[in-house]
Amino acid sequence: MTASSSNTAYVRDDEAPKLPPPPNMVGVQGWVLKNLFSSIGSSIVTVLFGSFLLWMIWSVLDFAFLRAAWTGANRDACLAENMGACWPMVTAKLPQWIYGFYPIDQRWRVNLCFVAGAALLIPMLMPSAPYKLWNILLLLIVFPLLTLLLLTGGNFNFNLLSYVSVISLLLLAAAAVPLAAFGIEEGIARNRLGLALAGAAIVVWLLSFLTGPVPLGSSMSMMPMLIVLLLLASAVISIMASRDGGNSAISGWAIVLGGILLAMLLLDFDFGLIPVETPQWGGLTVTLVVSITGIVASLPIGIVLALGRRSQMPIVRMLSVTYIEFIRGVPLITVLFMSSVMLPLFLPPGTNFDKLLRALIGVAMFSSAYMAEVVRGGLQAIPKGQYEGAMALGLSYGQMMSKIVLPQALKVSIPNIVGNFISLFKDTTLILIIGLFDLLGILQTGLRDANWATASSAPTGYFTVALMYWVFCFGMSRYSIYTERRLNTGHRR
Amino acid sequence: MPGSFSFLQEQDRITGLIQGKGMSMTVAIEPRVVPKVSVWNDPKIRAMFFQAALVIVLLFLAYEIVANTISNLQRLNKDFGFAFLKRTAGFDIIQTLVPYTSASNFGTALYVGFLNTVLISFLSIIAATIIGFVVGLMRLSKNWLASRIATLYIEIFRNVPLLLWIFVFYSAIRQPLPDARNALNLFDSFFLSKKGLMVPKPLFGDGSWIGMAAFVLAIVASIVIARWSKSRQEATGQTFPVFWASLALIIGLPLLGFAVAGFPLTWELPALKGFNFSGGLAVLPEFIALFLALSIYTATYIAEAVRAGVLSVSHGQTEAAHALGIGTSSTLRLVVVPQAMRVVIPPLASTYLSLTKNSSLAVAIGYPDLVATGGTVLNQTGKAIEIVSLWMLVYLSLSLLTSLLMNWFNSRMKLVER
Repeated sequence: MTASSSNTAYVRDDEAPKLPPPPNMVGVQGWVLKNLFSSIGSSIVTVLFGSFLLWMIWSVLDFAFLRAAWTGANRDACLAENMGACWPMVTAKLPQWIYGFYPIDQRWRVNLCFVAGAALLIPMLMPSAPYKLWNILLLLIVFPLLTLLLLTGGNFNFNLLSYVSVISLLLLAAAAVPLAAFGIEEGIARNRLGLALAGAAIVVWLLSFLTGPVPLGSSMSMMPMLIVLLLLASAVISIMASRDGGNSAISGWAIVLGGILLAMLLLDFDFGLIPVETPQWGGLTVTLVVSITGIVASLPIGIVLALGRRSQMPIVRMLSVTYIEFIRGVPLITVLFMSSVMLPLFLPPGTNFDKLLRALIGVAMFSSAYMAEVVRGGLQAIPKGQYEGAMALGLSYGQMMSKIVLPQALKVSIPNIVGNFISLFKDTTLILIIGLFDLLGILQTGLRDANWATASSAPTGYFTVALMYWVFCFGMSRYSIYTERRLNTGHRR
Repeated sequence: MPGSFSFLQEQDRITGLIQGKGMSMTVAIEPRVVPKVSVWNDPKIRAMFFQAALVIVLLFLAYEIVANTISNLQRLNKDFGFAFLKRTAGFDIIQTLVPYTSASNFGTALYVGFLNTVLISFLSIIAATIIGFVVGLMRLSKNWLASRIATLYIEIFRNVPLLLWIFVFYSAIRQPLPDARNALNLFDSFFLSKKGLMVPKPLFGDGSWIGMAAFVLAIVASIVIARWSKSRQEATGQTFPVFWASLALIIGLPLLGFAVAGFPLTWELPALKGFNFSGGLAVLPEFIALFLALSIYTATYIAEAVRAGVLSVSHGQTEAAHALGIGTSSTLRLVVVPQAMRVVIPPLASTYLSLTKNSSLAVAIGYPDLVATGGTVLNQTGKAIEIVSLWMLVYLSLSLLTSLLMNWFNSRMKLVER
């Protein structure tokens, strides 16, 4: 035993003590060595960029705080030699940058819109907030109406003809209620009379084109009366025909009818608000109105275009592709020029509408083409099995799209939709070229103000407005990254 | 061969079975019950009906638009047509690449604008690509500070509208500069003022064609050398410094050509005449501002594309290259970049397209591009439809051309799969 133990080499039976890593590999020193001074080249880069960064930060601080003027009533405050930021100008101009030329005593209306928008948008963006469906409905239907009412002042004075046409269209839609409730075959069988009456109304309407326009009002002519009566009868019969079993379709139709009439009445009603014409709007208000209208309008149009582009029907596909590629091939500014100078030529003589509305149409046309491509990307990301599964279950095209495919496709494309919204938000600045005053436009106009004409007013103005745009866009891009991470859970490995 | 014979027989038997020959049992084939599909539910008929309705509605809309336009134009005493392009323009353009005076016609004015659009887009694309690649690679740098500064650059420039950047650069360039009389003077040949940067203009005398020809020759020779070097490397494995040889050729041959011709190149110096400069080449402040804004703004998108492309090349590729003993720079050039390019090119193509379209923002600061000159023509003639359709046609063709080029390039770079 002793011999063998003396023959064996030394065997260690306890673990060697763990030594601390070399001091220059851990802690601040280690991090600095590894990430900033790992090699000679890296050290040079660090020194160069570091001094550049320090210089940049110093310049910004120097401009914004150290050399800045803080108080004053006019340009005299900012006339000093080598002046930094001219903050009194920002204080004086900020209301204009936000509200444009909106009457000062009416600005509470804009504020109310901002508050309502924020109150609806914030819970919408929080994944955990409840009542998402109601939130979406409020945000996409009630909020735009409220904004329209508050910003313009309402009291649109719709004429009788608009009411008659809207009601007629809704009554005509009633003829489709049995078709929607029972399917086409049975719907027709149940509602022959209603459909025939609706068809007769359309024929009479078409005939009225031959007789020429008939004035409506004091001398109520026969044709419109006849059309409305026919449609009313058709609607009553159609609703009666789908009474047993089609209740959800009936109530859906009734809600739409009631909602649209209520909206028209509200917009028509005189709440005593002073009307504010759109040329008086401006600043951030217009930027937000244009970008939000653009996104809200482009989403449904974009979905329709994307579905059209993936459709089996050759004509539909060709038309969608042509529209999308045409719009994506030309700059926004030409589309805006088209809607502002060509559109009035396309419409019947006498129709004259608002410059802002024309810009809105241009922006909506433009962004829907881009939205269509975003949605198409989402549609393509959905595996074919989902489509096939839906078809195997016997779902119709509309059911398949609305219940199976689109919810998944839209969810996948949320980050890209937000990305699209960011670029739309930045693109709204282009409306200043066709003579509207968005945030940037009002800044450019304000810089010509003799009251504040100093060397430092342009840098100050651009700095502040750029910061405003940056906060919006950066916030949105962070939100998009956040959603992407949140939605990505299912696929993470 | 008996084997093949029996095989044929077997084949025959099977065919017979399939055709029903030699089957003793007869199967009564019942006609397949085709479920009666109503006309309403037949997808083909539905599709035809729907498309017909769509076409009718669109035709009606088109008819309405045309009819309205005709009646509107009549009411405004205007006519439709491109004859106005031959009329005298009567306005000046501050930057012209082809001879143009206010006595030229509207068509020439638009052509000048088009060339200016092409010039600014081309130069900005080059600059944006260079900045974008540098920033994109910097973002991936191991140096923490470098990657943070690249991120900062991207986040700052991308989240503010391009138009605002154009205004910022324009005002930053214009404001601190002196007016023409007190221009910053460098060697009496470069002048920097509110009128822009004045540089000497090269005047090519007789015989400069020899230099030009030598330049073309040098390019051709470089291509030939590259081909030869590639085939030699494939055959023998020996490499040849193609880059340096081509550089020497492209610089040396034209110089030699000019030397042979006796340097027929003279410079026209700009000189102050009254309130403005005459002679020389003027680089407009509008041009500089637009160029800077377009390239710096677009570079952020290119940087993101480059970063995504490099990240898409798996780390194993780099490690494998190192294991084979390939050096760092060669790994980057021969292994990583070719694979990254596949991912980079499609977004790069759309970025180039959007840069070309964004160059139309020139109108906001008065750089005479296609949209700005077109806008002037529109104001003078009132030909809204003609001008807007010309714009759209030109930009559409530019877009189409760029995407064709990029598609061709993309198909060349694509992974060849079996």
